[in-house]
Amino acid sequence: MTADWVSGYGLQLLWGVVTTLSVTLMALIIGTVFGISLGAVKIYGAKPFRYSAEVYTALVRGVPDLIIIYLIYFGGTVALTKLTGRYVDINGFAAGVASLAFIFAAYASDIFRGAIKQVPRGQFDAAHALGLSRRAAFLRIILPQAWRLALPGFGNLAIILIKQTSLISVIGLEELLRASSVISGATRQPFLVYSVTAILYLIMTSFASWGFRHARIWSNRGFA
Amino acid sequence: MSAVTKLFGSFAALNGIDLSVARGEKVVVCGPSGSGKSTLIRCINHIEKHDGGSIVVDGCILDHKAANVDRVRREVGMVFQSFNLFPHMSVLANCMLAPMLVRGLKAVEAEEVAIGFLRRVRIADQATKYPSQLSGGQQQRVAIARAMCMRPKIMLLDEPTSALDPEMVKEVLDTMMELGARASVDGMTMICVAHEMGFAREVADRVIFMDEGAIVEEGAPEQFFCQPKTQRARNFLSRILH
Repeated sequence: MTADWVSGYGLQLLWGVVTTLSVTLMALIIGTVFGISLGAVKIYGAKPFRYSAEVYTALVRGVPDLIIIYLIYFGGTVALTKLTGRYVDINGFAAGVASLAFIFAAYASDIFRGAIKQVPRGQFDAAHALGLSRRAAFLRIILPQAWRLALPGFGNLAIILIKQTSLISVIGLEELLRASSVISGATRQPFLVYSVTAILYLIMTSFASWGFRHARIWSNRGFA
Repeated sequence: MSAVTKLFGSFAALNGIDLSVARGEKVVVCGPSGSGKSTLIRCINHIEKHDGGSIVVDGCILDHKAANVDRVRREVGMVFQSFNLFPHMSVLANCMLAPMLVRGLKAVEAEEVAIGFLRRVRIADQATKYPSQLSGGQQQRVAIARAMCMRPKIMLLDEPTSALDPEMVKEVLDTMMELGARASVDGMTMICVAHEMGFAREVADRVIFMDEGAIVEEGAPEQFFCQPKTQRARNFLSRILH
C-alpha cells in the first residue's frame, strides 16, 4: 500500500501537478498578452474594434467556463476535421490552454483597462513631448506603470486560473484533478485522495500568492 | 502660427492666435488662469490638437499627420508644471530614454549626455535615485535636464515653478535663467509660460499677455511691466504684483 503510493500513485499525482502548472503557465502567458491587447483596444481602438472587444468580454463573462471549454474542444475538433478533410482529435492540452487563456483574457482586459486609465495623463504628454512613438510610449511608459496598478487584480485572477485548470479534466487531459479521480477510483479512498489533492492545490496557490506579494512590493519601488 | 483656434467643446480656449517667434528668441507668456497660455504652448508640439488655423514649427507644418508631428516633437522640448517624470525609472534612465529611442544614441553616449545635463542643473549626484525620492525643485530640474538631453531647437516651459513649494522656486528659476543664458549662446528658442517678473526681465526678449484665448498685448518686458498699454494688462499686473 505505502509502496504503491510512493511509486505509482504519487508519481501520477506529481505528473498531474506538472500538467496543471504547465497549463496554468501557458494560459497565463497567452491570456496576459491577449488581455493587455484587448484592454488597449478598449481604450485606444477605433469604434468597431472597441465594440468587438466589449462583446467578447460580455460573451465570455456570460457563459459558464465549462461550456466554453466544451465548445472550444468539440468545436476545434469539428473545425479541424472539416478543414483537413479527415478526423482530427484535438489535443486536450492545446484546447485546455486555449479556452483558459480566452477566459483569462476577457477578465484581465478589464483589469488592464482600468490600470491604464489610472496612469496620469501627464505621463502620455511627457512621453509624446519627448518624441516617443505611440508604441514606445505605451510599452515603455504607460504599461510598466499600469502593471503596478493591475498587479493586485491580476494576481487574484492568476490564482483563480490555477484552480480553473481543474475544469479541463472534463476533456480528458490528465491534470491534477483528473489524476486524483483516477487514483480515487483505483484505491477506493476518495476522501483521502481528494484531501491530498486539495492540499496540493493549496500549496500551488499559496506559492503564487507569496510570489505576487513580492512582485507587488518590488513594483512599488520608486513610488512613495 | 496664424489664426489658431482650439475648442474644448463649445468653449474657445484659443481664439484666433497670430504669433511668430524668431529662432533664438525668448518669449514669456503670461495672463490670468484660463486665458489659454498653456493650451497655446501645448499646441506647438501637438500635445493639444489645434482645431483651426495653421502652425509651422521649424519649417514643418503641423497638420496632424503623424510623420510631421513626430518631426516637430523631436526638435521641441517641454517642461511641465507637474514635472511628469517617469516614476518607474531612475533619474538617469528618465534622461536617457528619449535620446536612445528617438535619436538612436547608444547607452554609453546617452549616459554621457544625460550626466552632462544633470551636472548643469546640479543634480548629477542623485542620478540613480527615483523621482519620488527627490524634492519638487529637484524633480523639476531633472525634468529640465531630461528635455535638454534631446538638444531641442525650441524649448517650451509650462509654468515650471507654479507647482513648487515657495522655498524651491528659486533653485528652479536659477536653473531656468541659466538655461536662458545658454539658449542665447546655442540659439535655442524658448517659450515660457511664467509669472515671475524677475525671470521675464532677465531672460525674455518679449512678453506676451493673453486673456480669454487671445493675445491682448505684447512688448519688451521692461515696457510691459512698467507701462502696460491695455487696461486688462494693468488689472492683471496689479493683481500679481502687490
